[in-house]
Amino acid sequence: MSTLLFLGRRLLSAIPILALVGLITFLLIHLIPGDPAAVVAGDNASTEAIDAARHRLGLDRPFLMQFWTWLSGVAVGDLGTSFTSGRPVVSLIFDRLPITLSLTGGSTLIGIGIAIPMGIMAALNRNSWVDRLIITTTSLGIAAPEFFIGLLLVLVVALNMGLLPATGYVPFVEDPAEWVRRLILPSFTLGIGLAAELARQVRGAMIDVLARDYIQTARAKGLSALAIIVKHGLKNAAIPIVTVLGLQIRRLLGGAVIVEQIFAMNGVGSLAVRAVFLRDLPVLLGVALITAVVVLFVNLLVDMSYGYFDPKVRQS
Amino acid sequence: MSATTLQAAAVALPPPSGFIKRFMRNRTAVVSLVILLLITLVAIFAPYLAPHDPARSSLRNIMKPPNAMYWLGSDDLGRDVLSRLIFASRMSLIASVQAVVIAVGLGLPLGLISGYLGGWVDMVIMRLNDALMSFPALILAVVIVGLVGPSLTNAMTAIGLVYAPRVMRVVRGSTLSVRQEVYINAARATGCSDGRIILRHVLPNVTGPLVVQSTVLMGQALLAEAGLSFLGLGVQPPEASWGSILGSAFPFMQRSPVPTIAAGMVISVTVLCFNLIGDGIRDSVGRMRRAGD
Repeated sequence: MSTLLFLGRRLLSAIPILALVGLITFLLIHLIPGDPAAVVAGDNASTEAIDAARHRLGLDRPFLMQFWTWLSGVAVGDLGTSFTSGRPVVSLIFDRLPITLSLTGGSTLIGIGIAIPMGIMAALNRNSWVDRLIITTTSLGIAAPEFFIGLLLVLVVALNMGLLPATGYVPFVEDPAEWVRRLILPSFTLGIGLAAELARQVRGAMIDVLARDYIQTARAKGLSALAIIVKHGLKNAAIPIVTVLGLQIRRLLGGAVIVEQIFAMNGVGSLAVRAVFLRDLPVLLGVALITAVVVLFVNLLVDMSYGYFDPKVRQS
Repeated sequence: MSATTLQAAAVALPPPSGFIKRFMRNRTAVVSLVILLLITLVAIFAPYLAPHDPARSSLRNIMKPPNAMYWLGSDDLGRDVLSRLIFASRMSLIASVQAVVIAVGLGLPLGLISGYLGGWVDMVIMRLNDALMSFPALILAVVIVGLVGPSLTNAMTAIGLVYAPRVMRVVRGSTLSVRQEVYINAARATGCSDGRIILRHVLPNVTGPLVVQSTVLMGQALLAEAGLSFLGLGVQPPEASWGSILGSAFPFMQRSPVPTIAAGMVISVTVLCFNLIGDGIRDSVGRMRRAGD
């Protein structure tokens, strides 16, 4: 019961933020200086063409009416129609969302897979050369841009060694094995920054946990360091780890824009980049809104996981 | 700045000699600072340092590997990659400064107001901040660039806007922590106006965390600029930044990998320097604060 109450309260608290996110998306087009109609009409457009674009955007109607049209659309999941393809923005985005989510999911797995052993190793060998090496590596991983890591991977693993395909995406339902094969390099590219950030958190959390009294007790009972970490350490380190994951989801979705471009994946990011060049504003605003909703949703999951990892949170 | 402001700043800030001494003891941060100064000098003296004209293409020398004439090889239009990188450092550094100035220009006053006034003003600003921070930074930047059209200035303005909430958060946090200090109450009791208290007593206390945040944001802005220019949404040809050089070298990477690797290395090293300097400043300021407590 208390768990349900906890979940309900968290869901409720997400609603005002969600409403504000929607409002900001609507206002973007009005608050940004400059004339979106002129941008849509293109360079050297005539006054008539700009007016036509303004009409198409609905910007010639009274502000409140625009807001009402937009709000009643969003309420039923209608984010408008793409200027260039004539398809509903929502279906355009949902067609591509699985690609972007596969990529961010894959990089999260790779990030965690690298970060936990690295963080544990650094914490167990604190202040030794192993620790220093790991910290230096993570600094590099945080500073290197995704696209640079991706390009190096493409160059070495795909082009020179020919081990993995350099580009493209195959849906899971078509060929699960090929889906994994095509996701490895892009997920690595996007996951390295996450791994570096996470490894530092894991290291810190582990050092913190290893200093606690009950760990001393477990050690006194004769448990090996590794067994202690698996039994007690990881569960206690879970909260900082999921917190970082919640913070990093924004970076992953942003980075996916670039990684999709490098690996020629037709995800939400490529959709947005193409929409900039095609001046397809409804698609752009739709991408902003839906990615923000994904971020809010992931953070809700993170909040809920606190309740799972730490029963004290549920009662508070 | 009046003499009294300077005096107040001197009281609230760490004595500069102590801060510098502590910073100088951090070898990593000092090395990073030296590298960054060198990169800045290269940017300033680009015309004297570049071995070739960065815009001159030589069709007989397309995609040459590094050689005595072209130290880092030549690109797909036969231009010298080293000279292009040297000149592009101006674009990349100025663009980052531009974004950080916008982020601080918006985030600093809002953070001071939010933290100092509290109440419903703080609540409204914080909720807006939460909502803005729900958008993935790079996607929001791409969308804003889409609304105003691709150009370097538009891209950096977008990045500045997107980063403003982060600055605001840091400033608000520091403001909150000094708001309850006795000397603030004393200032209020002697009849100082809120504006005066914020400027003379709160602002100096915010400086440390703000400098750390700005330094790290310089690196982040450089990354974001490189990303947007890589996508073709930032700097437009014939101008070039490190990111756009990387982007235009990438399709030819298999035939000539050096330009791609060189551009990526320059970006990574510069961002790393900013991050390490930020760490160094944070540690040097932090130790002072702990000793003072």
